[in-house]
Amino acid sequence: MERRKFIKLTARAGAGVIASGGMGFWLASRSKKPTVRTEIGTRLDYTIPPSPDLPELASAKGDSPSELTEMVINALGGINRFISQGDIVVIKPNIGWDRIPQQAANTNPEVVKKTVELCYNAGAKKVIVTDASCNDPRRCFARSGIANAAEKAGAEVKLPEKRKLKNVNMDGVILKNWPIYSHYLEADKVINIPILKHHNLTRLTIGMKNWYGMIGGIRSQLHQDIHNSIADLAQFMKPTLVILDAFRVLLTNGPQGGSPRDVKNMNIIAAGTDQVAVDAYGAHLFGINPDEIPFITIAHQRGLGKMDISEINIKNMIT
Amino acid sequence: MNIKAARNLRRISQGLFLILFLFLLFKTEFRGTFSENSQENIRLSYPVRIFLDIDPLAAVSTAISTHSLYKPIIWSLIVIIGSILIGRLFCGWICPLGTLNHIFSSFKSDKKREKIINSNRYKNWQSVKFYILFGMLAAAVFSSLQTGLLDPISFTIRSLATSIIPGLNYIMRLILDSMYATENSFLQFVSNLGYKIFENNLFTFKQLYFHNSFIIGIIFLTVLIFNRIIIRFWCRGICPLGALLGIFSKLSIFGMEKDHEKCTYCDKCLIDCQGADEPIAGVKWKSHECVLCFNCQASCPEDVIHFKFFPKQESIGALAPDLTRRRLIISLGAGFTLFPILRAASGLEKNYNPKLIRPPGSLEEKDFLARCIRCGECMKVCPTNAIHPTLLEAGPEGIWTPFLIMRMGYCEDTCVLCSQICPTGSIWEIDEETKSGGENGNRVKIGTAFIDQGRCLPHAMDIPCIVCEEHCPTSPKAIHLKDVTVIDRNGEKVELRQPYVDPELCWGCGICEYMCPVKDKPAIYVTNVGETRSPENRLLLEA
Repeated sequence: MERRKFIKLTARAGAGVIASGGMGFWLASRSKKPTVRTEIGTRLDYTIPPSPDLPELASAKGDSPSELTEMVINALGGINRFISQGDIVVIKPNIGWDRIPQQAANTNPEVVKKTVELCYNAGAKKVIVTDASCNDPRRCFARSGIANAAEKAGAEVKLPEKRKLKNVNMDGVILKNWPIYSHYLEADKVINIPILKHHNLTRLTIGMKNWYGMIGGIRSQLHQDIHNSIADLAQFMKPTLVILDAFRVLLTNGPQGGSPRDVKNMNIIAAGTDQVAVDAYGAHLFGINPDEIPFITIAHQRGLGKMDISEINIKNMIT
Repeated sequence: MNIKAARNLRRISQGLFLILFLFLLFKTEFRGTFSENSQENIRLSYPVRIFLDIDPLAAVSTAISTHSLYKPIIWSLIVIIGSILIGRLFCGWICPLGTLNHIFSSFKSDKKREKIINSNRYKNWQSVKFYILFGMLAAAVFSSLQTGLLDPISFTIRSLATSIIPGLNYIMRLILDSMYATENSFLQFVSNLGYKIFENNLFTFKQLYFHNSFIIGIIFLTVLIFNRIIIRFWCRGICPLGALLGIFSKLSIFGMEKDHEKCTYCDKCLIDCQGADEPIAGVKWKSHECVLCFNCQASCPEDVIHFKFFPKQESIGALAPDLTRRRLIISLGAGFTLFPILRAASGLEKNYNPKLIRPPGSLEEKDFLARCIRCGECMKVCPTNAIHPTLLEAGPEGIWTPFLIMRMGYCEDTCVLCSQICPTGSIWEIDEETKSGGENGNRVKIGTAFIDQGRCLPHAMDIPCIVCEEHCPTSPKAIHLKDVTVIDRNGEKVELRQPYVDPELCWGCGICEYMCPVKDKPAIYVTNVGETRSPENRLLLEA
């Protein structure tokens, strides 16, 4: 054999041996049991500084949900107190069910629309309206009337998309690692717009329970310790503002109702910056003493807000 | 018209109809357009099933099995009359599977000229499609509709909807989502752009999964790949719709005339022939095989071949030598014999599968099997991915018919899209009012939920839950709660709310089963007992 050829062939084989051996040992050194990637403990705090001269909670009764919305926000110091020029605002109504507004399972679309308009008036750069529905989201967003109302006001309506979920460590008592929709992580301000409704395990679903629609994962397992998990979510996510829709209220057969027989017109919209206080006020409207609702008590005990109606500075209005 | 122009017109027609077909298939989904009025019932915005409405095989076979025509399918007269006048124009100009087969057989092949010429001569096995047709029509006489298995429109929609589109979604989402997950702003931009491009066409709203659909997909791909061996293998040898139109074509006033003397036997017509229908001189042209692609006339250098109205009949071959009476009787006999053998297998008459939950509005099982052409439109349109093709769940006669798997999806309370879309009325058209029964009326029930108390958290493990009750859509709720106080293993009192099902109110939507937190084998599940469509499969004594 020629020398040149010998050297060439040996070099080729040698390179192959070294490459495969090196690759093998390198890959072997990388071997570890796969784990689910998680983020470090996160808390989302979108609150604004308190202002002692203004009421903590405003409530208005009347015939037009959109007028009432504007009234209560003005009573709290006006939209400019909450939204600044260039803000990205995420609005979280309850769009949980394939129900029409008259069935009172989802937030009143007029309230959402008005809030979007006010945010843009205050100079918001972008307003996103989103929720993770229980029924098929396309039907929920359509039939609740919210998608159309919000789009008309110029909002970006975001249906839940799996790829937008991000794992966070909520560092709660029950909730540790949970996926949440990334809109909430990228916002400057977050407004929660729950509807007041009956629920058979917690008796009521109001504002803090509405955060269930912020997360992915196996939500149905949260019911095993529902009160602590609601409090965990409230501890994790502190919104800029909570607007409570008690215009039409589902008194029974909640949280999705289905029959007009289940609905009572209370004609009330309320708003506040303390999410525990808003829930306590919602319970009060429902005729339930807030201390009978464990998730309100637990949230209060964790220092998340006031629950004694007599201690809350409420401004009541009637049109 | 010049023949080359006619051929180009055929190409344009094939392209446009294929695009229309795919467009309508992509639109067979409520994509969330948010109208002014939330009270408005949700309907699809396009007439998405027109290819099924004009399907002559579906029309003829359901006419035999039900002695009637479900209204929209009357449109198939357009194709039937067209075939009677002109021949198998549908196969060569319109049929989406025909076009796909055409495309897959047109890629450059390394086969030798002689081989191509030889494979494009008429072969005896091409008559198999007629025997398939007659066997299936014989079974339809006994109201067992099997044409849907091989009807090209059903076959294509079913394969694309339950296998190919979900598969494409999976791989494309995998790529786009892993780009998105990198947090690199450029890759995220590309990912978002990808979603923007595909969100209203190829991408379904969410990733869909279909029970055993890989079998459907593999059969479909096999049919396409077979074109590489034999041009339009499916159209020539298998397609019962092609066979049906071939029979109609015998009445046609349009056809081929050959000037036998002029032919130099250059075989150019055979190289380009799609139907293997003998365009060359010296033999008779088989109009029942020809898909009217006009390639032969366009490639003939000697002006031998002429397509025209009222051609001289001398060059046109009859069905008879290809279709022998003896074999015809055998195929009819096979259809007649197969029917009782399939029915005698257990499942339909006895030991009825409790998990065979048919979509709301479905007819009684035997009527259902007399109509369902297994097109898969209901599976494509279902917003929750609840409707799946059966394999043997509905017995041997019901392969690829729709059934609901509540662990995959559930029946949305106010949705009636599957019944709106069904082309043959096996899911009879109902509206929201009918489905919900209106005020105090009788709902359409598809089954009844049962609680497995050994697996239910509040029943068996002293752990609070109620997720099933929370999601139950009826008012008042079919799932109700009983308050109990139990002593747990530490001797402490625990207050619990235990769910129970009221079988009168439950209609079997299955959202309870879908949502149950006992993830593997749910603690509440639906079976089809109590389904409205069956007079026998009852649970409650009814006045």
